[in-house]
Formats: sequence, C-alpha cells, structure tokens
Amino acid sequence: MNASKLLSVEDVAVDLPTARGNLRAVDRVDLALGAGRTLGIVGESGCGKTMLSRAILQLLPKKAKLSGRVMFDGQDLVRCSPESLRKLRARSLAVVFQDPMTSLNPVLTIGTQLIETLQEHLELDGATAGRRAVELLAAVGIPAPEQRLTQYPHQLSGGMRQRVAIAIALSCEPKLLIADEPTTALDVTIQAQILDLLAREQRRRHMAMIIITHDLGVVAGRTDEVAVMYAGRVVERAPTPVLFKNMHMPYTEALLAAIPKLDAAPHTALPAISGRPPDPTRPLKGCSFWPRCRYADGRCESEKPRLEGAETAAHQFACFHPIKLAAGVGV
Amino acid sequence: MLGFLARRLFYLVPVLLAVSLLTFLIASLLPGDLAYVILGDQATPEKVAALRHDMGLDEPILLRYLGWLGHVLEGDFGRSFRTGQTVLQAVSERLPVSFELMLFAQIIALAIGVPLAIVCAARSGGTFDRFMTGTAFGMLSVPAFLSAILLIYLFAVELRWLPATGYVPFTEDPIGNLRFFVLPSLTLGLAEWPGIMRVLRSDMIATLQEDYITLAKAKGLKPSRILFVHALKPSSLTLITITGINIGRLMGGTVIVETIFALPGIGRLVVGAIGTRDLIILQGTVLCIACGYVLMNFIVDMLYAVIDPRIRHGHA
Amino acid sequence: MATLELPIQEEAVSPVRKGRRLGRLFWAAVGWMILVFAVAILAPVLPLPSPTDMDMLERRATFSALHWLGTDGLGRDELARLAYGARVSLLVGLCAPIIGVTIGGALGMLAGYFRGRFEALAVGSMDVLLAFPPLIFALAVVAFLGQSILNLTCVLGVLSIPAFMRVARAATLTLARREFVIAAQALGASHARILLRELLPNVALPLLAFFLLGVAVIILVEGALSFLGLGVPPPTSSWGSMIGEGRESLDVAPRLAFIPAIAMFLTVLSFNLIGDTLRAITDPRQGAL
Repeated sequence: MNASKLLSVEDVAVDLPTARGNLRAVDRVDLALGAGRTLGIVGESGCGKTMLSRAILQLLPKKAKLSGRVMFDGQDLVRCSPESLRKLRARSLAVVFQDPMTSLNPVLTIGTQLIETLQEHLELDGATAGRRAVELLAAVGIPAPEQRLTQYPHQLSGGMRQRVAIAIALSCEPKLLIADEPTTALDVTIQAQILDLLAREQRRRHMAMIIITHDLGVVAGRTDEVAVMYAGRVVERAPTPVLFKNMHMPYTEALLAAIPKLDAAPHTALPAISGRPPDPTRPLKGCSFWPRCRYADGRCESEKPRLEGAETAAHQFACFHPIKLAAGVGV
Repeated sequence: MLGFLARRLFYLVPVLLAVSLLTFLIASLLPGDLAYVILGDQATPEKVAALRHDMGLDEPILLRYLGWLGHVLEGDFGRSFRTGQTVLQAVSERLPVSFELMLFAQIIALAIGVPLAIVCAARSGGTFDRFMTGTAFGMLSVPAFLSAILLIYLFAVELRWLPATGYVPFTEDPIGNLRFFVLPSLTLGLAEWPGIMRVLRSDMIATLQEDYITLAKAKGLKPSRILFVHALKPSSLTLITITGINIGRLMGGTVIVETIFALPGIGRLVVGAIGTRDLIILQGTVLCIACGYVLMNFIVDMLYAVIDPRIRHGHA
Repeated sequence: MATLELPIQEEAVSPVRKGRRLGRLFWAAVGWMILVFAVAILAPVLPLPSPTDMDMLERRATFSALHWLGTDGLGRDELARLAYGARVSLLVGLCAPIIGVTIGGALGMLAGYFRGRFEALAVGSMDVLLAFPPLIFALAVVAFLGQSILNLTCVLGVLSIPAFMRVARAATLTLARREFVIAAQALGASHARILLRELLPNVALPLLAFFLLGVAVIILVEGALSFLGLGVPPPTSSWGSMIGEGRESLDVAPRLAFIPAIAMFLTVLSFNLIGDTLRAITDPRQGAL
C-alpha cells in the first residue's frame, strides 16, 4: 500500500538524552506522503514536529537516537551512508528553516550560497550557475535579482531573505520540500505572500511538500492532508477539508478555536487552551492531553488511545471520546 | 567603506598623542636628573646647571613635553649621548630583525594553532580534542624564556644542530640567516600557539552549532566546504582579533627572545639602552614601539571590516 | 611570553566535563600550591642552609646529603635558594594582582553600575594604558624609576588593572539587570549599599577566578624580567633570576636552570588550573543565579 508513496515514515521515534533523563521527542510516528502532495504538520511548541522533520532529513543533533525507518523514494534514509545521503540532498530533499536571519550564512553573499548548491549537485560552471541563480531569484519574486547576488543577507528584509532561502531550496528541483515554520519569523503582512509562493512553486514543479506550523490557519486551503501532533505523537490525521469540517480530536478543536476569526465580534476573548504540554522527560501513562481535555475521564488517564480510523481509513485519530462523531460509532 | 576608514583614522590621532604623552611622563619619572646621568662622574654643579639649561630641563613639564613633541613630529626623536646615533637610525637598523622574528613566530604559531583548532572543533569531545586541549592548557604555563632554555639545551647544547646565538643579515647569507632564526622563532611560536588554538577552537565549536551550518549540511555540501568556508570564515574574525592582541605580546616576547639569542633587534636595543643608561635612546625607542603597536592594531581593525561585511555596513 | 592582557572570552572546557576530568588534577594543583606556600612562608625557620652562603669548593655540586638539590655556580645551596626564591616570586606574584583587582575591580564595578560619562572615562583611560605593549611599559618604568621589588610590583599591578576592570565591568553589567538589583533599587537602597551588599559578593567570584589567573601571569612576567636581570634587583633572587643564572651553566649543569624552571612551571600551572576551574564555575553569565 505504501509502495506508491514518495515518503513513508514508519514507526519513527527520537530520543534525546538530557540531564533530567531521557526525552522522547518523537513517539513512534507513522506518516506517508505521495509525490506532488502537500502535508501539513500542526502542533504547539515542543510537540516534536521540528524533531520529526529533522529525523526525516537526517539532520538530528549528535546525541539523538533514532529508531524506525524513513523510506524515501524506496530507500531507507536511516541506513544510507553519509556520502549517498549527501548526494540525495538538494536534488531530492530540501528544507526551508524558520528564521532566514540565522539560516543564511551572514558572511557569505547570497550569490555564493545559491551558486554553491547548484555547482555541487548540478555541476554547472560558474557562468551558467550565475544565470540560473538570477532566474531562481526572479522566480521567487525578488526584484533586481542580479544585484542581489553580491549582497549579504543582512542587507535584505526578512521577507526577501526567506524568499532567498526558498530559492536555495528549490534550486536543484527537489522531489520533497520541508518548510519548517516558514513564516513564523516574518511580518504578518508578508506571511501570506510567502505561503502563496510556496504553494505556487509546489504546484508548478509537482513537488511534494511538508509544511510544519503551529498555526492551523496556515494549512487551511494550502495542504492536501493535515497531521496534528501533540507530545510527540500524531493524534489526528485527515484530508484537510475533512479535518476542518469534521474534526474529532478535542485538541484539534481547541487549536481551531484559538485562531482569531475575521467575523468574530470585536474584543471576543480567544479561548486559550489551559494548562501546559506534559514534560517530555516524564511521559504520562494515558493520553498525553487528558489533563487539559474537557472530555477526559478515567480511561483517558490510564490508557493510551491508539491512532486509528473509525469511519474511513483516511481520517485517523487517537481518542476515546472523539467529538462530532456520528452517533453509535467508535468510543 | 571610505567613511569607515576616515572615522577610524580620526580616532587614531588622539591615541597616538596619548601614547606620546605617556611615554614622556614615564621618562620624566627619573628620580635623579638626566643631566647627572649624562655627565656621569664629570658632573659638577655648574656643568649640570649648564647642561640642564641647554637641554631645556629647567622648563615646566608641559613646555618640555610640547617641545619634545615638536621635535618628534619633525622626525627628531633624539640622539644617543653614548653612541651619537640618532634614535631613528638605531631603530631603522634593527627593525628588520625584529620584524623578521615576529613574522616567523606568528607564522609558526598560526601553522600549529589553526589546523589543530579546526580538527579539534570538527571532532570536539573526542580523544584527540581532549588531549590537544590539555596540552594547549599546559603550554600556557610555559613562557617564552622557559621554552628558550629548553630548546637551547636540546638543539644547541646536546644535539648541536642549531646555533644558540648569533645573527647574519638575510641579504648577506640567506641560509645562515634562517638558521639563526629557527630557535628564536620556534620559541616565540611555541609560546603563542596555545592561545590561538584555544580561542579559535571554541569559536568554531560555537559557529558549528549555528543554523546556517545545519542548512549547509541540508544542502548536501561537502563536509570540507562546510568546515572551511561556512564555519571558518565567520570564525576568522576571532582569529584576526587574536592575532591583533598577540602583536602586543609578540613585542614583549621579542624583547626576551632577542636578548637570549643575541639578535640585534629593537627589543635588544631597549634592553641594551637600559643597561647603559642611554635614556634618550630608551625614550625614543619606546615611543617608536608604542606607536608601531597602535598602528598595527589599527590595521587589524581595518582587516575586520574586510572580513565581516556587517561591520563595513555598520550592522555589527 | 605571558601577557598582562587576560583572556576575555576563553572557555577551555564546559564546566561539567572539566569538573569530572580535573577532579584529581585540581586537587593535585591545590596540594602543590599549599606545599609551595608552606615552604615559602616557613623558609626562615626550616632547617635549610642559608641561601647566600657561598662555598667556593662545592660549586655546581650534584645532589648530596648536605645539599639535597646541589649547589649553584657560586656554591650556594640550591634547595635553600629555591625556597627563598619562592618567597620573592610569590610576593610579587600575589601583591601585584592585589593592586590590580582592588583598583581595577572597583573601577569596573563603578563603571558598569553608573554607566554614562564615568564609564566612558574609565574605559578610555584603560584604552590608553592598553595602547602600550605591556612588557615594554614595565621595562621602561622600571628602567626610569629604578629597579626594586616595590617598583616592580607597582608597575605590574598597574598593568593588570585594565584586565580586572574589564571582568568587573562585564560582571556588573550582567548582574545590574537582574531582578535582585532592581528590587533593591525599588526598596530605596542607596548606591553604596547596592554596590557593596548586592553586587560585590557576586562580582567577587569571577574576580577571584581571574585573580588566580593573574597571579600565574604575573609570576611569569616577573620571571621573564628577572631572567633578563631587569626584574628583581640582585642580590635578591626569584625563580626567574635563578633560571637566568642557570642559563650560563646549561652545558655543564643544566639542572641549575631546570630545577627552578620546573618549580615555576608547576606553580604557574596550578594557579592556572585552579583559576580556570573557578572561572568555569562562577561565570555569572551561566545563569547560576
């Protein structure tokens, strides 16, 4: 069933040894993504979404321990040699990080940072690479692209810098682009532009994309499928329109309620989710969300619900008391 | 860029003035009187008074300073009353020797320190790293004169491979010249490399944690390129800082090394002048050295701007 | 050649690892320091021959029951000279940084606390002092002022002021923004009270660490100057002078140079070890407060 998928994350867990004990950042996650499709991974800070993306990219910190398989294009990235992994990068796997001020090297020119990728993987000569770089900068909507080649990151605005980071990521026509909180560090007014740019390029290149964010609003209308993460696990997964219309997880409901709505009356209080995520070095026995959940009961405290679909296999959730479920099914 | 340069040059002038004032004040600390020193055992009250008047030593200190400064700006740093040579002559004769020593020493220090720092940063926490860090720490407790003794004992006394003292100009005998410089440069270089290695290593370790290094890895660049282009370049600013700070230490070091190895450099000029109480030479030479130090630091500052474009554009 | 410009942002090893790795080394260093101090302080009452008694028949003698470490070029007992040399080296080595830490520490705290023009003036004056290559400065002052232990100590002390000022100022700048200082100000405490009761105890710790490192540096600088004959005036001798004298006998009796050299190396290394460990522990920026 997964043979046709470009990316298949199977039973991946990430453990980090810390001073206070073992920290389970990602707790046995399964994900799949087909070529040309977009997946949104949503969750609050500390839910493990960034660690998951690093696990997929094989860029985990040295101390981290990874278990499970990451099947990409038929290969298990976890078992790849460093050299073959390196060759895969940029051409197959690309990433855009959250803050372009820190993800771009401050002492190298934009041109250098773009061209070096082109030269490394596409083996272009200097002049061709330079022309290609200018084309890429123009494609991501940067005005006067020739001049940018000799400029440094600090000379550009935040939005421009992120466009450069996107240009770098797209430069070798990757099959999968992972965008980790691509707009969080940017002005609200720029956010929509950047997200539209990503969506446009994704469609044009028929590229698979994963957008990681804490904001459900970002994935609405821009992704094919959404996976909601909490405390290191995927707690709900569904095609995007289904999730928004018909969500089952109390946590997802709470996340959606926390988005300010345009048509709400002025000064409406935003319902924040009370409490805090659990300490990842001390995992809870039962459902990780139960201390903050309105529908929780004794079973939630003692037993961990499994991720499974009730009505359809495409819509999975991990809850004993899912909401908006058709009466008589599940629980 | 030019604006930056102009601003720094502007700042240079008061520093040089302050240095000249400080030098003058040090020289005027003399508890006795310069005239007595010059006349030695020929001093009689009348001769002393006459000489003092001739040299302007009976004027108020501020006027003496300004007078002296005036001479200095015309190029007259004074003349030795022992040898008759002017300070500038003495200094320019010896400058090449000290310069050669400092250059070789710094090259040796960098040649040892930089590669070690890079390797240790790339493999930080490993056995090699811990061993080298410990060695560097231990070497910090071995000053130049101790290394000198050790090297002289090993290579000059026991093995007899290299000469312990002596000098011949490069233009006369290049090979001989280099032979005489081996031990002195090695001494100074061994004293300097631990400082360079420690600071560059810790800076590179910090740099290697940065997000842009992770992105460079994500781009699939070769590890050598990541290390030498992406990581070393931002850290090279620290390297320049160290080299800059080192210049002051090197200058002090040349005093010791030149004296031990009998190299006719500026350091030895200073020590010799102290020995013969040739205070005019001493004062003039100290001024030259101090001004040279200020200028070297200024050049280092300029180098910062070249390496880190943020400083050029005023963003640092 | 050691510097009077103490390293600013060096961190040799992270504190946790250092603690584990240097457990034994640290205590060995402490042990050596205690030994050296004990010998130096007790030298006059220890059963040692006089360091100035010359025995012309026993010049450069090797180890014997009478002279445990042999004799030097003038027949003087090497062990006794080593002990008395320790007194001089440690005296200068301790007193000079005391001058530096008191004046530099005070200046730094005041500069970091009051900021403004006072800070600019203090930092500016330090910059003037730092514009001079340190050893040249020391040489020049000692040459013009006269060679004596007092002059030497004062010059080296003055040269160490900028480094201590920098440490004190950096620590004060970090601490002055912490809650406990703002709280004290809100309670109406006077400047003097805040400086002495709140800031000083916290600044004192990093200053102590740098003090120990400063001692190491000063011992080396004094050693270098005395080695050249330009430091401690003869006939008093420090370890540096002993090494300098031993240099003449390198071909026949290298131990005359190496014995004081080893003593100096071990002592300096001990101060460096202890100071560095302390610094790793007490750096206020590591949020221990």
